Amino acid sequence: MNVDLFFQYIVAGITYGTIYAVVAIGFNIIYNATGIINFAQGEFVMLGGMTAVSLHRFLPLPSAVLAAVLITMIVGALIEVLFIRWLHKPSVLRMIIITIGLSILIREIALHIWGEGVKALPYFTGTSVSSIKLGGVFVSPQVIWVVGISAVMVALLSFFFNYTIAGRQMRACSANREAARLCGINAKNMVTLSFALSAAIGALGGCIVSPITYVQYDSGTPLAIKGFTVAILGGLGNSFAAVAAGLLLGILESFSIWVMPAAYKDVIAISILLVILFVRPSGLFGSREAASMKEF
Amino acid sequence: MRSSAHLALFGLIAAVIAVQQITAHTGSGYYLTQLTMSAYYSLVIVGLCLLMGYAGQISLGHAGFFAIGGYISAFLTTHDLTPLKDTVFVAFLNKTGILWAREDLYGGQLLTVQPWPACIAAVLFTVVVAYIVGGPVLKLKGHYLAMATLGFGTIVYRIALGTTALGAADGLSDVPPFKLTPFLEVSGEMSARVQNYYIAWGLVILAVFLSLNLIHSRIGRALRAIHAAQDAADAMGIDTAKYKLNIFALSAVFASVAGVFLTHYNGGIGPSEASIMKSVRYVAIVAVGGMANLWGALVMGTLLNFLSLRGYLGSYDDAVFGGILIVIMLFIPRGLLHTDILRDLRALLPGKAGEEDA
Amino acid sequence: MALLEVKDVRKRFGGLQAVDTVSFAVAEGTIKALIGPNGAGKTTLFNLISGFVSPDGGAISFRERQVQGLRPYQVAAAGMARTFQHIRLFPKMSSLENVMVGRHLHGRSGFLASMLSLPRTRREELKAKDKAMELMDFLGIAGLAGTEATSLSYGQQRLVELARALACEPRLLLLDEPAAGLNMRETAEMASVISKIRDMGITILIVEHDVSLVMNISDEIIVLNYGRKVADDVPLAIQKNEDVIRIYLGGDDA
Ligand SMILES: Nc1ncnc2c1ncn2[C@@H]1O[C@H](COP(=O)(O)OP(=O)(O)O)[C@@H](O)[C@H]1O
Ligand SMILES: [Mg+2]
Repeated sequence: MNVDLFFQYIVAGITYGTIYAVVAIGFNIIYNATGIINFAQGEFVMLGGMTAVSLHRFLPLPSAVLAAVLITMIVGALIEVLFIRWLHKPSVLRMIIITIGLSILIREIALHIWGEGVKALPYFTGTSVSSIKLGGVFVSPQVIWVVGISAVMVALLSFFFNYTIAGRQMRACSANREAARLCGINAKNMVTLSFALSAAIGALGGCIVSPITYVQYDSGTPLAIKGFTVAILGGLGNSFAAVAAGLLLGILESFSIWVMPAAYKDVIAISILLVILFVRPSGLFGSREAASMKEF
Repeated sequence: MRSSAHLALFGLIAAVIAVQQITAHTGSGYYLTQLTMSAYYSLVIVGLCLLMGYAGQISLGHAGFFAIGGYISAFLTTHDLTPLKDTVFVAFLNKTGILWAREDLYGGQLLTVQPWPACIAAVLFTVVVAYIVGGPVLKLKGHYLAMATLGFGTIVYRIALGTTALGAADGLSDVPPFKLTPFLEVSGEMSARVQNYYIAWGLVILAVFLSLNLIHSRIGRALRAIHAAQDAADAMGIDTAKYKLNIFALSAVFASVAGVFLTHYNGGIGPSEASIMKSVRYVAIVAVGGMANLWGALVMGTLLNFLSLRGYLGSYDDAVFGGILIVIMLFIPRGLLHTDILRDLRALLPGKAGEEDA
Repeated sequence: MALLEVKDVRKRFGGLQAVDTVSFAVAEGTIKALIGPNGAGKTTLFNLISGFVSPDGGAISFRERQVQGLRPYQVAAAGMARTFQHIRLFPKMSSLENVMVGRHLHGRSGFLASMLSLPRTRREELKAKDKAMELMDFLGIAGLAGTEATSLSYGQQRLVELARALACEPRLLLLDEPAAGLNMRETAEMASVISKIRDMGITILIVEHDVSLVMNISDEIIVLNYGRKVADDVPLAIQKNEDVIRIYLGGDDA
């Protein structure tokens, strides 16, 4: 393998890894607020991408993306209000099954709206063949968009959770729901907010990556499994570690083509998930102690 | 087993015979095809019900076990060994009678494994996989167990889809009939329709009989105890890890046997049998049936699979199962076929909070 | 040699030394009580002995066999049964079924025999049922056999849990606050039941807050405070022990 190809693999790994990290952060936001793993997380990504593609037919690209994110955000909030908000202390099994049901419904609705075809937004700048030279390596401009927008998103999220009232209230709720409620925070609204936020982040991820990876009605589930892998790798609930874990998985997966046919790419990622679950469920960066305190 | 369970079992046998008689007298024998297929899916569901409902362990990968059974049996009984005929191993197999020479559909000569040894190999391999996967997976709980089994299912699906030797997206076809005895044969031949209906349902009845015995035994109590309070079960001397693993393997065997038989019945198998959607479907049906309710799972499994196979659900097939999952889990988490169903429904009325199980 | 010997056992949770180098022995055929204020580490010590928590150090020998680090089911198989401070009955199972789970170790039938419902399996099942009924009768709860265990009153649930532990036919019985939540009459009944169990030849280690109950029935008492053993003596001596008096008059609610 020559140096060029090596860097191409790295770049591809970073691109996919970024999206896995975005899905993982979506998982984390809802998990922190509710203790629920939302199995429909991947569908938010698909929904964002699909909606943006449809809207782009009569809206300019930036507005289409923005509108798609808003629409998915509303869908996320609605899902929480309709299906989760009013359940009284649901069991874990019940929540797993409900969110899996939701993921299937969203996927099937998408199938009926958009069909089975593969869709994509145009490249944000340039075309599929244009490239930028970065320190001797040629990189598609879309990769810059993906990494750039995701980085801004992580920065904004971190600002949101640390410096805004709503963000701090959400953190207070995840630390101790009962205490937060006593301090006058409406915990239920915080949960709704977490679904909206997580849907918005997923949708934006789906938009920026669609020129490269394309979207299809059923592209959510593999993303969900890999996003979960990344969330676990980083330690459930820890979003900064998820970024590192996402890049790691993306790059590993990218290089796996070396040793295995591309058709088995997912097998690699999922085997990593299984191995991590077996040997270190608290994640590579998480502390064992902290993981054992959590309720599953 | 309790006498009420015996009675219900006789009821099932009577119903199976009655349905066949009705189709025979009304000239609607074509229904038997879907009823036969439903029976095999119900076999998976009975096993999953033992695992989920009684032992309390979710599996989102049971289609994987079904597919392992089906694919191995299909591969072994269709893969032509003629080019390897002179290798020591194949020659040895040939001598033991495990192989048979037969004609394919176009009159060409094939040397393949016989269905019986293929079936046994498939089920044994499933058991091995179940123990290898189940060992670590069943140490997990809740979300982690769900994701890990989902991951297992996805791996099987991806391997089925990506392996040329397994026919990739087309799957394997031209699987020969499975001669169980000189008079009984699993095959999709029109002439063997009635016989296959009885083979399939006979298998289900056997599975239900064994499962009912198990539920009402020392082992069944231990499994329910693990589900109800694992630490207390542990304190009573129950090796919880071992029991969970054994019931996981047993339910995998049910799924695998169903996979083998249905593959011979259909004459082939495709990757969709391994898909996550199939696994979710099985879970959905166990949930609708009321989780720890073998009869509920059986009735709903037969009904829903029959409707789906007849195409009554149209292009909304998967959506229906997704919808069922949500509706049942939101409103009647104890399932539809439950003696207290009215109470559950009343509890839905505003102002009355339903009680939640742990 | 004593039936149970605990030697220099330690357990730390994060920054908290829950059990701090504790040693003691329980002689066959006696009732030994473990008392101490809330959070003293009594339950943790039980969990260490019964295998629910593994010790950071020290040794536990039961029937002259090292049991530290064994899984709970292995400890149970060695002849130790326990009840829980917070009752842990099996919901959705009848009281009788709950007690029958306690017979698990005395059954042989595996998956295959159970699925086939062999005659031997059925005989075994009947025997388990008889034994369970006999124990429920002994504790005066035979009438509740068919009732769902978790729907019973608190006192009845305690008795079902006790019957379940007795069904194991243990050599050593660990009781974690068996009288917690019981009224005075029920507590007195519990005390007499515990004495009767000892008279059946079962050795008992009991954690109890009700000091008068403990003084009446136990042969020896250990006092634990902040994870450390403060005293280990016969009841009369414990009553006079100044350290113990200080702990109990020092404002703790035990
Ligand atoms: N699994 C655990 N993790 C962390 N701390 C624990 C755990 N179990 C007990 N503790 C702590 O150890 C101390 C002793 O608890 P415990 O043994 O329950 O006391 P007791 O039964 O005497 O009231 C308490 O401070 C308790 O909070
Ligand atoms: Mg205690």
